[in-house]
Amino acid sequence: MPRITFPHVAESYRSFKMLMEDLGNEVILPPRPSKHTLDLGVRYAPEFACFPVKILLGTYLETCPKGVELIVTSGGVGPCRAGHYAQLHKKILHSLGYPVDIVVFEPPRLYPLDFLHNIQRLNPHRMSYRAIYECIRRAWRKLQALDNLEKLTHKVRPRETIRGATTRTYRRVLEWIDRAYTLAEIEEAERSALEELRKVPQDPARDVLKVGIVGEVYVLLEPASNLEIEETLGNLGVEVERSLFLTGWTRDNTWAETTEGLTVKEAALPYLPELLGGHGRDSIGNTVLYAKRGFDGVIQLAPFTCIPEIVARTILPRVSEEHNIPVLTFFLDEQTGKAGMTTRLEAFVDLMRRKKAIRRPA
Amino acid sequence: MTARVGIPCSLLYFLYYPTWKTFFKELGAEVIPSGDTTREILDLGVKEALADACVPIKLYFGHVQVLIGRVDYLFIPRVVCLNKETTYCPKFLGLPDMIRHTFRKIPPLIDVRMDVREGWNALAKAYEQAGLALGVPRGTIARAFRKAMAAERRFFSLLQDGWQPLEAMHILTAGTPPHKRKGRLVFAVLGYPYLIYDQYISVGVLARLKKMGVEVITVENLPLRALYRQSVHLDKRLFWTLGDLVMRAAHYLFRHRRIDGIIHLTAFGCGPDSLVSKFLEMTAHENQSVPFMSLSIDEHSGEAGIATRLEAFVDMVCRKKEVCL
Repeated sequence: MPRITFPHVAESYRSFKMLMEDLGNEVILPPRPSKHTLDLGVRYAPEFACFPVKILLGTYLETCPKGVELIVTSGGVGPCRAGHYAQLHKKILHSLGYPVDIVVFEPPRLYPLDFLHNIQRLNPHRMSYRAIYECIRRAWRKLQALDNLEKLTHKVRPRETIRGATTRTYRRVLEWIDRAYTLAEIEEAERSALEELRKVPQDPARDVLKVGIVGEVYVLLEPASNLEIEETLGNLGVEVERSLFLTGWTRDNTWAETTEGLTVKEAALPYLPELLGGHGRDSIGNTVLYAKRGFDGVIQLAPFTCIPEIVARTILPRVSEEHNIPVLTFFLDEQTGKAGMTTRLEAFVDLMRRKKAIRRPA
Repeated sequence: MTARVGIPCSLLYFLYYPTWKTFFKELGAEVIPSGDTTREILDLGVKEALADACVPIKLYFGHVQVLIGRVDYLFIPRVVCLNKETTYCPKFLGLPDMIRHTFRKIPPLIDVRMDVREGWNALAKAYEQAGLALGVPRGTIARAFRKAMAAERRFFSLLQDGWQPLEAMHILTAGTPPHKRKGRLVFAVLGYPYLIYDQYISVGVLARLKKMGVEVITVENLPLRALYRQSVHLDKRLFWTLGDLVMRAAHYLFRHRRIDGIIHLTAFGCGPDSLVSKFLEMTAHENQSVPFMSLSIDEHSGEAGIATRLEAFVDMVCRKKEVCL
């Protein structure tokens, strides 16, 4: 059985683990990125590489000593740097003496044969495509369940009456989803998990701000890389809506572009008509959409030196001004400290509250 | 009154200025370049551009500010792809948008999109749009485009003859080649045209090397066909035209070994270079017979620091050569 691993992206590992094991691989679970992970990544990655590269490299360096033979990751068609990271990681890991191979999933829309070939490499028992399809379907459903659960925590957390109750419940119910295996089980687990989360004591009358979060996919999805910004905001009484979830991102990049994706593109058109790779255009489009939907503010998250987000950040002040919506940007890297971020967030929340208060009596 | 078209002297200026100048001149417009980079221009750019942007972009912002108020149009093309295979850095792709949404009072931009993957005459169409923006009839534009292409070919053939872009531009305008001295060493300086050829931001690396008796060849001097045939031992082709060329040039030079040293010049915060320099470093490790140095520059680069490093490198190469002989 080939021993495989994959990048750690929030809770999605629960779904990937199930899928890979179903296909007959031995999974070495990536640990949650920690200080140690970052230290490893920073030591061996190029200095100016963006933050995700360092975290991923650190994760691989933590799992490779456990005998990983194959790394499964996603690619990209550029011109964002992320499309080359698998190749870079492979070279670095080889130069450090780990004989691992990397399976890179490129968008199947563009490289269908390559996609099937990759699937076969992860299929040591030569299962039929039909069986593989069933496995993928279950994993996909699980991923959706995980995303739905996370979405609900964003709504519940700012209204909870006991600080930390949502996070505690969330941690507990995640295990339910984790243990579910068949489609019916996953659906049942999702239902009861959502119900359990709704049961967290809440104060429905609380004045809650709404903030949209836009930016680069990895730092958006992985709480360890954005210093749990959603939790921090939730505790400050802010309901967040994230522009990207793993299911949405996967859909946009595998089958066809969703209508949501097209709307975002259209919204960004007056500001940035060109696709830059990464999520530069999405950041702008989503900011416009959040403004139109009456959000109180937008937070942009980007890794330090991220090219598409720098372009977006240069344009965002104009968007912010024309649509009258405050925008706060965080460029994240290994030097970012939680205290500094919390202070900036608190100031931003105060600003939005005052803005809202001024608007209301008029 | 003739329209005044401003061209910022940064980024692709070093490769396509003769083309653009010829084109707009033929249209009857007056071409106003922003001139050589100075401390003031850099400071202007640093003030306006995002702190996290790379130096070349900041510099470009500075050059644009020099032109604001002095011209009727700003020519900032969105150059996406010129070789049908690779695109330019995402910052090039978003350049006109960044400029438009940063500055308030700005002359109209001529931001034509140049992407040759759109069709066989995509480039001609792009130039036609640029011409129409000035209100010039189509016939004149077509003629100007042909002349511009001829100028481009002449310019690039001069580069292939071993001239540097600024020298080649001088030859095109003055007609006489500048004096060229034979050096005791031949170095390759790899990097992006807007870094290497910009006297100010590169802290005069080329001039310094020349003074030390070193002949310099750059990516633009190497035969393009051979470069495109050169394998770079990567599973996936680099997305960016300029980065890809630097990689190929490095592999080409390492393989042919006809040079005494390679210097890689990179800008602080350059996105593509974070990968390219790592790959180059690994390649240099595998080919230890050619000395290799990586120089990173930013808006605070001091002359003394760069000079010391260059001198040390040249000395090291000289000593190595003496020992080997």
